[in-house]
Amino acid sequence: MGIKEVEPVQINVKEQFEARVSESVRDVFQVEELSLWYGTNQALNSISFSVKEKQVTAIIGPSGCGKSTFLKTLNRMVELNTNVQTRGSIIYQDVDVFDPKVNLVELRSAIGMVFQKPNPFAKSIFDNVAFGPKIHGVRNKKKLKEVVELCLKRVGLWDEVKDRLNDSALSLSGGQQQRLCIARCLAVEPEVILMDEPTSALDPISSAKVENLIEELKELYSIVVVTHNMQQAARISDHTAFFLHGELVEYDRTDRIFSNPQDQRTKDYVTGRFG
Amino acid sequence: MRLPSLKTNVESTQSVVVTKQKLTQKSFVTNLGDYLMEKLFLLLGTLAIFILLLIVGFLIREGSDALREVGISEFIFGQSWYPSSSEPRYGALPFIISSVMVTVGALLLAVPWGIFTAIFISEIAPKRLKEMLKPVVEIFAIFPSVVLGFIALIVISPIVANVFGLSNGLTAVTAAVILSVMALPTIISIAEDSLNSVPSDFKEGAYALGATKWEVIKNISLPAAKSGIIAAVMLGFGRAVGETMTVLMAAGNAIDMPIQHFLGLTVPDFLTSVRTLTANIAIEGSDVAWGSLHYSALFVVGMILFVITFIVNLIADLLINRQRGALRND
Ligand SMILES: Nc1ncnc2c1ncn2[C@@H]1O[C@H](COP(=O)(O)OP(=O)(O)OP(=O)(O)O)[C@@H](O)[C@H]1O
Ligand SMILES: [Mg+2]
Repeated sequence: MGIKEVEPVQINVKEQFEARVSESVRDVFQVEELSLWYGTNQALNSISFSVKEKQVTAIIGPSGCGKSTFLKTLNRMVELNTNVQTRGSIIYQDVDVFDPKVNLVELRSAIGMVFQKPNPFAKSIFDNVAFGPKIHGVRNKKKLKEVVELCLKRVGLWDEVKDRLNDSALSLSGGQQQRLCIARCLAVEPEVILMDEPTSALDPISSAKVENLIEELKELYSIVVVTHNMQQAARISDHTAFFLHGELVEYDRTDRIFSNPQDQRTKDYVTGRFG
Repeated sequence: MRLPSLKTNVESTQSVVVTKQKLTQKSFVTNLGDYLMEKLFLLLGTLAIFILLLIVGFLIREGSDALREVGISEFIFGQSWYPSSSEPRYGALPFIISSVMVTVGALLLAVPWGIFTAIFISEIAPKRLKEMLKPVVEIFAIFPSVVLGFIALIVISPIVANVFGLSNGLTAVTAAVILSVMALPTIISIAEDSLNSVPSDFKEGAYALGATKWEVIKNISLPAAKSGIIAAVMLGFGRAVGETMTVLMAAGNAIDMPIQHFLGLTVPDFLTSVRTLTANIAIEGSDVAWGSLHYSALFVVGMILFVITFIVNLIADLLINRQRGALRND
């Protein structure tokens, strides 16, 4: 499977269309004045912007600038670390995710996450995908089978693994493992998918597959993706946020960030002059 | 520090020559040091193995008289042990059963208790408490067994007598309870190690799917640490089955078969006084006539004990290796 070839003219039409639509779509996250500390070390400083529904939002920036931290804050995974303190708010579905009354099980089922290093469980391929539905109470074998098949088909893995669903997931290649992790995440029917450098551990062909997958998935899901790969951000995202030293330097439509950034630091970064 | 310069060809060739000399020449002192260290380690290593073999050989030599005269099947299946009667009998089955009963009883208590403690320490306890609990567990492991035996005698035995309405609280249950306390540190620390070595990637993946802490422990951590935990149980078994002083003080040491008949079935009787393999050797070993048949028979009892612990440790080793292999694979 190769990368999709798209005619230049079509790109323009598509971009213009998206440019018109994007300003009017609903916000899935409204981040307001978000700051975060690991102990006394501040990792995020007063970040404010909105993540659009059913679009791909890319987060770029040099190593250590807080991209992963920001991503993990959206579903409060960051709290697995000890001594984390936050200030500000993230409004998701009219609720502040930091509200002590928030049910983390529901929050994390609605906001799925894919990690940098593919991390399938040391279980069978089937059980990996079925894990989420099972812990959320689906017991019916037939229903589980349906969900597993659907999710594996959606990530384009079904034909590759349908004859060995009971093999260990660790026997898959890295690229297949990553798509399995995406399938595992889809199985809990999230609204948002967070991806932390989902292709950085993959070869170019597997990366291309995952990129194509992201483009397909955005029909149904809102996606936030951290990436170190500028071309990738330009190819797959609708909006881009540029982080530096825990601060949001610039947030705009991806085409503007790459062609006409407002901040000199963004310009330097996207043209590869530092970082 | 001067950085090596590569400016001229002459310099760089020279430096190459020097390295080559260094590479090919080992000084006499280095050689000798290496040689001596290597031989020293070899010596110490082989000595340890040699001494072990010597002990096993000694066991077999001293036990062979009794094995020949009494026969191994009488030892393993014979139900009475009357070494000093005019017609001596050397059936060690009561001791074997007692050892197994006391050990298994101890494990029935210690395994769930130990695994829950390990889960608590590795997954639930806040960092500070964790750092406090680990040394406490280790201190338990070095508690002198005679002190624990004394506690069994003074504290546990009256409780057992009261609860079950017995005249004498020195029973298999009493020994099992105190042995479980002894086996606990081994089980906790090894189970905790294997829980800690479960990659955090797995746990994060599960949390991100909305799993609760308990679901992560049950579905991710415990299965991944399974072989390590089984190994911990096996080592706890080894610890409990070989323990002498505590059981000697707690179990009452009667030589009868510790069984009762219940609804037509023969079942082990935990509320009776028992004598384990180890306790028997300790009790009779001190005043047996050297070289007598009785003396030799005690060595056979030792051999039985050795074989039991050996098998259990072997299984534990296999499981630990399998666990390591499994972790290396991913
Ligand atoms: N668990 C933690 N405890 C303490 N400090 C942390 C922790 N995780 C991250 N940090 C710090 O927070 C800052 C942001 O880290 P983060 O992982 O979010 O960076 P990143 O942008 O994802 O970098 P990379 O591109 O290398 O993945 C860094 O200074 C890092 O040292
Ligand atoms: Mg990161």
